[in-house]
Amino acid sequence: MAFSANLEMTGSEARITLEGELDAAVADQFRQTVERAAQEKPQKLVLFMDKLQFMASAGLRVLVFAKQRMGRDVAIYVIGATGPVLNTMQMSGFHQAVYLQESYP
Amino acid sequence: MDTRIDFYPTHQHQGYKLRPGRPVPFGATLVPGGVNFAICSRYATSCTLVLFEKGASTPLVEIPIPEVFRIGNTWCMVVFDLDYERIEYGYRMEGPWDPKAGHRFDASKILLDPYAKAIGGRDVWGEPPDWNDPYPHRARLIFEDFDWEDDRPLETPLADLVIYELHARSFTRHPSAGVKHPGTYAGLMAKIPYLKELGVNCVELMPIFEFDEFENSRPNPVTGETMYNYWGYSTVGFFAPKAGYAATGPLGMQVDEFKNLVKELHRNGIEIILDVVFNHTAEGNEHGPTLSFRGIDNQTYYMLTPEGYYFNFSGCGNTLNCNNPVVRMMVLDCLRYWAAEYHIDGFRFDLAAILGRDPWGAPMPNPPLLESLAFDPILAKCKLIAEAWDAGGLYQVGSFPAYGRWAEWNGKYRDDIRRFLKGDEGMIPALAQRLQGSPDLYGWNRRGPTASINFITCHDGFTLYDLFAYNYKHNEVNGEQNRDGGDDNHSWNCGAEGETDNSEVHALRQRMIKNALAILLMSHGVPMILMGDEAGRTQRGNNNTYCHDNDLNWFDWSLLERNTGLFHFARQMIAFRKTHPLLRAREHLGISAVQADFIWHGVHAWNADWSPGSRTVAFMLRERQAGQGGNTNPVLYMALNAYWDALPFQLPELPINYRWHLFANTALSSPHDIYEPGHEIPLEPYQDSFLVGGRAVVVLVGRP
Repeated sequence: MAFSANLEMTGSEARITLEGELDAAVADQFRQTVERAAQEKPQKLVLFMDKLQFMASAGLRVLVFAKQRMGRDVAIYVIGATGPVLNTMQMSGFHQAVYLQESYP
Repeated sequence: MDTRIDFYPTHQHQGYKLRPGRPVPFGATLVPGGVNFAICSRYATSCTLVLFEKGASTPLVEIPIPEVFRIGNTWCMVVFDLDYERIEYGYRMEGPWDPKAGHRFDASKILLDPYAKAIGGRDVWGEPPDWNDPYPHRARLIFEDFDWEDDRPLETPLADLVIYELHARSFTRHPSAGVKHPGTYAGLMAKIPYLKELGVNCVELMPIFEFDEFENSRPNPVTGETMYNYWGYSTVGFFAPKAGYAATGPLGMQVDEFKNLVKELHRNGIEIILDVVFNHTAEGNEHGPTLSFRGIDNQTYYMLTPEGYYFNFSGCGNTLNCNNPVVRMMVLDCLRYWAAEYHIDGFRFDLAAILGRDPWGAPMPNPPLLESLAFDPILAKCKLIAEAWDAGGLYQVGSFPAYGRWAEWNGKYRDDIRRFLKGDEGMIPALAQRLQGSPDLYGWNRRGPTASINFITCHDGFTLYDLFAYNYKHNEVNGEQNRDGGDDNHSWNCGAEGETDNSEVHALRQRMIKNALAILLMSHGVPMILMGDEAGRTQRGNNNTYCHDNDLNWFDWSLLERNTGLFHFARQMIAFRKTHPLLRAREHLGISAVQADFIWHGVHAWNADWSPGSRTVAFMLRERQAGQGGNTNPVLYMALNAYWDALPFQLPELPINYRWHLFANTALSSPHDIYEPGHEIPLEPYQDSFLVGGRAVVVLVGRP
């Protein structure tokens, strides 16, 4: 399934909805979306992952990049990650750096 | 930044943009816009960088490194615009083929970078590889962007450590482990609560540098199962964590997973020591495969005979030439990398005596490698532990060149404690030395008790259960007619060889295991426990299970239910050690000006029997001021009886107002054999002797 990353600004929140398979080939697309979000200087970055089916290490690298690019004061929320995507984050320890939630108001 | 002139290409090859690289650091390093590749070879005449798409069998491109990019013996080149995530790289080296002179260059081989930081090709443990792959172990690029937060090595004083030796796969591979990712770093992480419950504060991992489990793999002539290079004492790449141990290996994320494990261990107060194998490599002798070193610079990396054959001090076909300055630098770079980039707390060096041999094999009095490691500013707080012998007959327990830094696996501790426990005569003087942290070995040069890593069992040899269940090794399933493995086990089967229904034999074995654990945790020095010994793990009498990926090695967690009493005993003994600083002496009592004493007793107080026929001894540990001037610190007493009958031990007098309390008595069965530290059972006020059961030990605490 084709990958997409859509950015939407809601007040001081940057919301990115991820769909499809996030592998090395499309990681840069995600990275650019994070970059655009960072330029808006949000207080929160919310990543909707319930429609994300797979995340390769390249995708995780972008999450690490997002964490560093946004800075310590910006909370990152990961919403609806399941299956292999959640596994990848847990085994690599990234889940500790973000707020993992099943849903988001 | 990108206006700098050194970020622009100067050359190109088939559309790939290049410029001269930087000679250091060696390996592949991400630089703005590209990757810096650097590799050295003294005798190569040319070097070609070979790039692959991940997993492809034919190269994407081969880029000869222009001669003008060579600095000294180092080829270095920046390649721009590479897709870091999807590239694998190797080298071809041209040079002389002249085995007699030590040269084995072969440009038909694609060679692994010795500094590769991640290696593909064995991404899933045990998955049969493509045997025709021209490049079986593939260097990959890694990002060093792991978020460590505030983590750093714990720097726990050596004297306070309780080490737990484990195999990363065996620990959780058994179905009874009940973890989501069995046999992996992630599985180990899931068992951290267990390690905390047991009370150990350091894990020592058997080799986790990338190795090939298929090296010398073969069908078992006895069982038909595949036999592997299971333990992994044969390194393919020194800078890369074993991918097959990572649940994320198929995603190429072993680096992240392993770092996450380290971070979680640290968060729980547990250090991590790596068992490192610098004595040989996976390339074997002249009949082995050419994977890396042999094709890059055979004469530099290996110790060679005058005829150009491989010296075999490791017993594994070749010997790494560790005191060649280039190899020495690689070893130092490697350990610095693991300390700095992975926050590793210490290293245990397999067959470390080899590291003190010169390039011709002779032991050196002042080996530069060992000295460099001892004084290195980056390794300054890392534990350095030597297995102070090698397969070439060099045995340096007590004399390993230490520079005030190195500790040793104390093989004499293992042998003497085993012999005492099984009831050998004449062991009391040696036992006394071992209990005190082996001042006979480490006192003369003031290395102190922490130079001694005390162990009764380790991965080599019997488990603690088997030590008291087998008189002889039973290695038939190793396929060598029971010829492999040591014969000097100092074991005793307690009356029946192997499994038995005899309840008396079973009870005696449990007691013997507890005796061993009690001695280990009451001894000065640094205790090391072998994975599963706290639960009675068996290898069914096999004392050399290096090749088995099955329940001979896997920790069967259901043993914890069957041997609850053992686990409870081990846990309380560890807690007791942590409670009492007297047991964790930094210096040898009686040698340094320490305000505490080791006082020897026997069945008669103040009168130990050191004679050859004696099988009993007792000791008391006390601060000199205990019981005086408001000092109410406890006094510890241990009676050891390896005689087969019970004997009354006269108890030494305590300071006024102190009273003896029973902490442990291995003659009793669980749960009456041990108490929680602080909740020991008081003896009668005027009780002046204690009946110590046959083949049992007793630990008392004297306190107000």
